[in-house]
Amino acid sequence: MSKKADVSPSVLANRRNPVLLYFYHMIVIIELETIKMMKDPTEILSRSLQPVIWLLLFGEAFSRMKAVPEAGGDYLAFLTPGILAQSITFVSIFNGLSIIWERDMGLLQKILTTPIERSALVLGKMLASTVRSLCQLTVVLSLSFCLGIHLQWSIGRVFGLLGFVVLGSAFFSGLSMVIAAIVKTRDRMMGIGQLVTMPLFFASSALYPVSIMPGWLQFVAKANPMSYLVDGLRGLLLDPVYAHGFLDALVLLAATLVIWALATRQYPRLLT
Amino acid sequence: MEPMIEVRDLCKRFKDVQAVQNVSFDVKAGECFALLGPNGAGKSTTIKILITLLSADSGEAKINSFSIKTAPYRIRESIGYVPQSLSVDGALTGRENLMIFGKLYGLSGAELKERVPQILEMMDLTDSANRPVAHYSGGMIRRLEIGQSILHHPAVVFLDEPTVGLDPIARNTLWGHIRDLRKQYGMTLLLTTHYMEEAEVLCDRIAIMNRGRIEVMGTLNELRKKAKMPKASMDQLFVHFVGPSESGEQGGLANVKKSRRIAQRLG
Repeated sequence: MSKKADVSPSVLANRRNPVLLYFYHMIVIIELETIKMMKDPTEILSRSLQPVIWLLLFGEAFSRMKAVPEAGGDYLAFLTPGILAQSITFVSIFNGLSIIWERDMGLLQKILTTPIERSALVLGKMLASTVRSLCQLTVVLSLSFCLGIHLQWSIGRVFGLLGFVVLGSAFFSGLSMVIAAIVKTRDRMMGIGQLVTMPLFFASSALYPVSIMPGWLQFVAKANPMSYLVDGLRGLLLDPVYAHGFLDALVLLAATLVIWALATRQYPRLLT
Repeated sequence: MEPMIEVRDLCKRFKDVQAVQNVSFDVKAGECFALLGPNGAGKSTTIKILITLLSADSGEAKINSFSIKTAPYRIRESIGYVPQSLSVDGALTGRENLMIFGKLYGLSGAELKERVPQILEMMDLTDSANRPVAHYSGGMIRRLEIGQSILHHPAVVFLDEPTVGLDPIARNTLWGHIRDLRKQYGMTLLLTTHYMEEAEVLCDRIAIMNRGRIEVMGTLNELRKKAKMPKASMDQLFVHFVGPSESGEQGGLANVKKSRRIAQRLG
């Protein structure tokens, strides 16, 4: 008997405080995603081109039309937080694709047979997509600096920005996982992902203020979490005119918690 | 002594297919038990219920005395699992794949640093530990997966078709590693396979499944007695109990596609 497996079933559970183990597991998932991302930075690089194109091509041209007087004559500055929010949404919304891929491979099944809490796995995935979004943040801010776009800077604002980026990408990658658990195949996920991102983008204040929208669209925009992300970022990057930062953060936080719970519930359905 | 795996009247239905029907069996501690059967016989579904990935419609099962209904988390601490499809991350190196799973099993610090090289050594992967797994051969990937599943020294390891898609040499090597595993750690093994030889070489007892039911169960000699074929090979016994026409019918497009995909990835 001396060579028998040295696991009595409770060894693992007793070894650590369950709360610590929960966070340890969550960090392992973030670590796994980050290692993968770093091994093949092509995806991050190609995705970071998207905000560059929007700001350089669309932004430069559209700002000459002076079509958005609410922007106070500096449309590029008005647009920058919108494009930042858009790129955060777009990198996060396809998170579900990788989860379906992991399911197809059998990796997801194997992870789910380890003693990781479902909610820790989901939270880890949601926060891992923050790493991608932080790259987008760096790209957009560097570009706006190069283009001479006038933005507000302070230490407090930077921390605020980081907070919004984390909340925004966690929410949209959580949403993406919920969608993945419903649609279950990569092809459908591609289609639905495209279908979801466009209305999210256009029915938000990313390109133009909500006040110029028709009534029904204003209603949609108010229910659209992306509006709160744009609004929060705009409040931090531009003048305090746009600031309802606290409300924006609160709405995003609530939405993120709801989507975390939903994704935790739905996620194992990918297996059936 | 209580059995390590105890399964009673397990049932699972998917829409119009009864995937598992009144399946019952026991596996003693340290034993190697095979679930054998054609594609679609219900082997993988049974395993998925036991490792808490699927819930059963009815019936009960206990692993290491923990119930699948009331203590799934405890079961996950006690088991290792090697899925049918290749489940390592190709972008990561062998060592990284082991580190991540060691951490998921709750290992850390000195313990993790000690176990990972041990496992690499045991699975003959030390030399290629720092290469991306995408460059591994099929046999190496399977060895790495088995290594991942035993990092935490589980009481039971579940192997779902461990050698599907491997060439005979790689298969033989893997069998050697599985036997070493039993010798060294005394782990209880439950494996599914449709290679008769595999069950014969590795396992103490065999259950032949067909259409969601266990048709017959016992040691190889017991099966021979039951079939009244004293010199029969496992192949002949299989055909005797399952019937010659069954295995071809139950393959199904999805199953064929899956095994071809695995074979393709294994190169």
